[in-house]
Amino acid sequence: MTTSQVSKSFKKLLPISALVAAFAAPAWAQDAIKIGAFLSVSGPAAFLGDPEQKTLELYIEKINAAGGVLGRKLQLISYDDSGDAEKARTFAKRLIEQDKVDVIVGGSTTGATMAAVPLVEAAQVPFVSLAGAVVIIEPVKKWVFKTPHTDRMACEKVFTDMNERKLSKVALISGTGGFDKSMRAECLKVAPTYKIQVVADETYGAGDTDMTVQLTKIKNTAGVQAVLNPGFGQGPTIVTKNFKQLAVNLPLYQSHGVASKEFIKLSGDASEGVRLPAAALLIAEQLPDSDPQKKVVVGYKQAFESKYKQEVSTFGGHAYDGLMLVVEAMRRAGSTDKAKVRDAIETTKGYVGTGGVVNMSATDHMGLDLSAFRMLEVKKGVWSPVK
Amino acid sequence: MNAQLTQFLLSGLTIGAIYALVALGFAIIYNASHVINFAQGEFVMIGGMATVSLLQFGLPLLLAIPLAVLAAVAAGMALERFAIEPARGASSVTLIIITIGASILLRGLATLVWDKKLHTVPSFSGDTPIQIGGATLLPQSLWVMGITLVIVLLLGWFFGRTLIGKAVLATSHNPVAAQLCGINVRFVLFLSFGLSAGLGAVAGILIAPITLTSWDVGVMLGLKGFAAAILGGLGSGVGAVVGGLVLGIAESMGAGYLSSAYKDAIAFVIILAVLFFMPSGLFGKKSADRV
Amino acid sequence: MKWMTPRTGGLALLAALVLLLPLGMVNNYWYEVAIQVGLNAIVCIGLNLLIGYAGQISLGHAGFFGLGAYGSAILSTRYGVPPALAIVCTTVAVAFLALLVGRPILRLKGHYLAMATLGMGIIISIVIVTEDKFTGGPDGMSVPALTLFGLEVAGERVWYWVVAAALVITTALALNLIESPMGRALRALNGSEVGARVSGIDATRAKVGVFVLSAVFASIAGSLMAHYSGFITPGKASFFHSIELVAMVVFGGMSSTFGAIIGAMALTLLPQLLTVLKEYEMVVFGGVMVVTMIFFPRGFLPSLMLLLARKRK
Repeated sequence: MTTSQVSKSFKKLLPISALVAAFAAPAWAQDAIKIGAFLSVSGPAAFLGDPEQKTLELYIEKINAAGGVLGRKLQLISYDDSGDAEKARTFAKRLIEQDKVDVIVGGSTTGATMAAVPLVEAAQVPFVSLAGAVVIIEPVKKWVFKTPHTDRMACEKVFTDMNERKLSKVALISGTGGFDKSMRAECLKVAPTYKIQVVADETYGAGDTDMTVQLTKIKNTAGVQAVLNPGFGQGPTIVTKNFKQLAVNLPLYQSHGVASKEFIKLSGDASEGVRLPAAALLIAEQLPDSDPQKKVVVGYKQAFESKYKQEVSTFGGHAYDGLMLVVEAMRRAGSTDKAKVRDAIETTKGYVGTGGVVNMSATDHMGLDLSAFRMLEVKKGVWSPVK
Repeated sequence: MNAQLTQFLLSGLTIGAIYALVALGFAIIYNASHVINFAQGEFVMIGGMATVSLLQFGLPLLLAIPLAVLAAVAAGMALERFAIEPARGASSVTLIIITIGASILLRGLATLVWDKKLHTVPSFSGDTPIQIGGATLLPQSLWVMGITLVIVLLLGWFFGRTLIGKAVLATSHNPVAAQLCGINVRFVLFLSFGLSAGLGAVAGILIAPITLTSWDVGVMLGLKGFAAAILGGLGSGVGAVVGGLVLGIAESMGAGYLSSAYKDAIAFVIILAVLFFMPSGLFGKKSADRV
Repeated sequence: MKWMTPRTGGLALLAALVLLLPLGMVNNYWYEVAIQVGLNAIVCIGLNLLIGYAGQISLGHAGFFGLGAYGSAILSTRYGVPPALAIVCTTVAVAFLALLVGRPILRLKGHYLAMATLGMGIIISIVIVTEDKFTGGPDGMSVPALTLFGLEVAGERVWYWVVAAALVITTALALNLIESPMGRALRALNGSEVGARVSGIDATRAKVGVFVLSAVFASIAGSLMAHYSGFITPGKASFFHSIELVAMVVFGGMSSTFGAIIGAMALTLLPQLLTVLKEYEMVVFGGVMVVTMIFFPRGFLPSLMLLLARKRK
C-alpha cells in the first residue's frame, strides 16, 4: 500500500477505535447510584478542586461503608476540568450523556458552573454547584443549586461589621479574576444600602507580585477609613504583605476566598488584625458546644485531616455540604428519580452543614443567610471570632 | 506626590531587577545558540520551589539556596542535552516549539514533584520596612537589587576577562570560526544553558520572599523577561539589564498613573512597539541577512 | 491512480467520513467531541497554511478565535444583531484587524515574529478579560443560539452538520489555495523568501494574505463555537490555547491540510482519553511536543507513515 493509502485508512480507523477504547466503561455494580462531578483539580483553581475531590472521595467511601443510600452503593464519577470552562462543559455533557449520572455535584468555579447550567437545565439533572457568584442562583434556575455563600453575602457581612465600627469610607482593591470581579461588582451594588461610600477602586492583575503602587494610591486617598480586598488566590496575600510594608494603618478586610490557615502562614505577621467573613469550619474547635454547627464541622475537620494529613479548607466543606444535601434529598424522596430528588433538595430545611444551616425554597436555591457567615479576625496568628 | 513617585520607582526597580536577571538568562542562551528559550521562566520557578522544599526538609537557608540553584542548573543542562542538542540545525520555529513544550513539561513535573499551592520563603534579613523619602522599601528589595548588581558585574568580568567567558562570546559571534579556533562549541552551549538556568534560579529565590512562589510562577515572569530582553536588544547583556529595569519601572508607572487593570498589557505593548519600530532594541546590533 | 489526488480523493474521503460518522455515534457526548474536533480542525487548517506552507509562525491565533467568539456574542447579545449577521460582521472585522496588524507584524521573521504574534494574542486576551462590561469578564458571558432562516440551530446533532459542512468547505478552500498561484508563491516563500522576492513574488502580499485567511478561519470557528456552546469564557483566547493550536498543527504534520485535521483530532481527544491520567496531562502534552519536534520535525503522523511505508518495502 502506498503512504497515502495507508494514511487514509488510518484516518478512518483511528477515530472510531480510539473512541471505543476510551469509553469502554469500567464494570461496576449495575445498581450503584452515580454521583457525577467536574472539578478544577489542576490548573489555576486547583486549591478549590483538590480539597473538593478529596472530600467527595472520602465521604462517598464512608457512606458506602455504612451501607450506602437506599440500599445501594454510591459511585463517584469525576473529571478534572483544569479550570477551563469549555472543558467543564464537555465533561458535564459526558457525565449526563455518556456516564448517565443521577446527580451532579461540582463546578469549582463560576465560569465552569455557568457553562454547564444550560446542559443540566436541558437534560433535567439536579446540579449542586460549588462556586461562589450570586449569578448562579439569581435568577433561580430550576435544576441548579449551590452550597457556598454568595459573594454578595460576603460584602453584606463585611459592611455590617464596618457599620458597627463606624467605618463608612471604604477603598476597594481587587484582582482581575472571576471571583474578584464578581464580588467587587456586588459590593459596589450593595454599598449604598449600608451607607458605605467607596472612595477608591484599584485593581491588580491576577499574577501580579507587587501591589504597593495601588496601595500607595489608596493610602493617599482623602478620608479613607478602611480597605476591602475582594480577592482570591495569591493576590490578597501580597496585598496584605504590602499593606504592612507601607504601614497603611487602616482596618483591612479580606474575602472568604482566603478563609484558610494557609493565608495566615503565607502573609506572616502582616495578617494580624485582618478580618473576613468565613464559614464556621475555620474556627471549628473554638465554637461553643451550644453552637448548632459544632458537631458537623468538628467531625468533618477530623475526618478530612486524619485521612489526608492536610489542613481542612472551606472549599472542601462546600463539597461535603453538596454531597450530603444530595444524599439526604435522595433518602427523603425515597428514590433517585431526578425530578423527585430535585424537589427534595428544594425543600431542604434545617440541614446543618459546614457552611451554615441550610433552608432552601423555590426562590432560594442556596438556603444560607448572613448568620451562616462568622466575622473572624486574625489574633496572635490564629483565626478568632470577633465578639 | 513625591513620596508616591518614589514608591512607584522603588517597586519598579525591584521587579525590574528580577526581569533583568531573567532577560540576562535569555540573552546568554540566545547568544550561544540563537535559541529563544521559552522555558527560562521555569528555571525561576525551580529556584524558588526547590528552596521551599529544601527548607521543609530542615536545611538552613544558606545551604538551601545554593542547592536550589544547582538543581536549576542541572535542569538547564538537561534541557540542552535532551531537547536542544538533538535538534541542532532545526529551524527557529521548531526550536521555539521545543522550548515551549519543554516549559510545559517542566511545569507538569513541578506539580508532581511539589504541589499546586502557593509557598513562601523567609526574607533574607527580616521584614522591617526601610523608610526612604516618604516611601518604604523592604529589606528584601535591597537584596534583590544588590545581588543583581553583583551578578551583572561578575558576568561582565566573566565574559570580558576569563578565557571561558571569551570563548562563549566568540561562539556567539561566529560558531564556525570559534570551532576552528579550538573552542568546544558543544561545551559552550552546555555551559550557557546551565548559566542561564542558574541566573533564573537566583532571580526566583530572591523574589520569592516578596511575591510568593508556586508551580506556575514562571509563566508570566518568563514572558516579561523576554519582553525586557527584546526591549534591550536580543543578545546584548547590557540591553537585557537596562530593558529589565525600564520594563519594571514602566509597569510601575503605568499602573500608578494610567490604569492598574492593564498593567500586564504594558509589557506586551512595549514588545509590539519595539518590534515594529526598533526591532534590534535599545542596544542590539542591526542584523543583516546574508543572501 | 490519477484521480486520487489529495484534492479530489482526500476531500471525498473526508466528506465520506463526515457523513458516515454519525452511524457510529452512541450518544450526544460523542457528537460534542466530534464538534470540538471539527472546530479545532478548522482553525488548524488555516494555521497550517501559515505555519506549514508559508513557513511563518503565530503564537497568538487563539486571539483571533476569541475575537470571533466574543465579537459574535457581543453583537448578538448586547446589540440585538441576529446571530447569523453577527458572525458575518465579526468575520469581516477580524479580517480587517488581521490585515491592519499583519502588515507590520509579518515584516518580522523567526522569533521576532513569534514574539510579536504572542504579544498580539496576549493583548487581545487581556482586553477581553478587562472590558467586562462588554465581555462579562473572566466569568464569561451567555450567547444566544444561532438562527438560520428563522429556525433555531440547537442541539449537538444539528450542529454536527453545521460544523461538518464548515470543515469540508474549509478543507476544499485550503486545498484549492495550495494548488493555486498564491499557494505556489507561499511554498516558494517557505523555501527562501529572498529567492521568492527575486523571482517577482510579492512576498509581503502573500504572507499577509495567508495571515488574514488563517485569522478568518479562526474567527469563524470561534463564532460557531460561541453560538454552539451558549456560553464563552476568555480562556479560549489565552496563550495556552494558542500553544495548543500550534501543537496540533505541528503534531499532525506541517504542510498537510489533512495532517492538520488529524493533529486537531489527536490533541482534542487526548484530554478526553487521558482522564485517568489527569495528573500527568501536562507532562505528557509537553513531552509530546518536545519529542515530536526533535524526531519528527515534519510532524508525527507523516513521519510515522513514512516509517511504516518503508518497512513494508
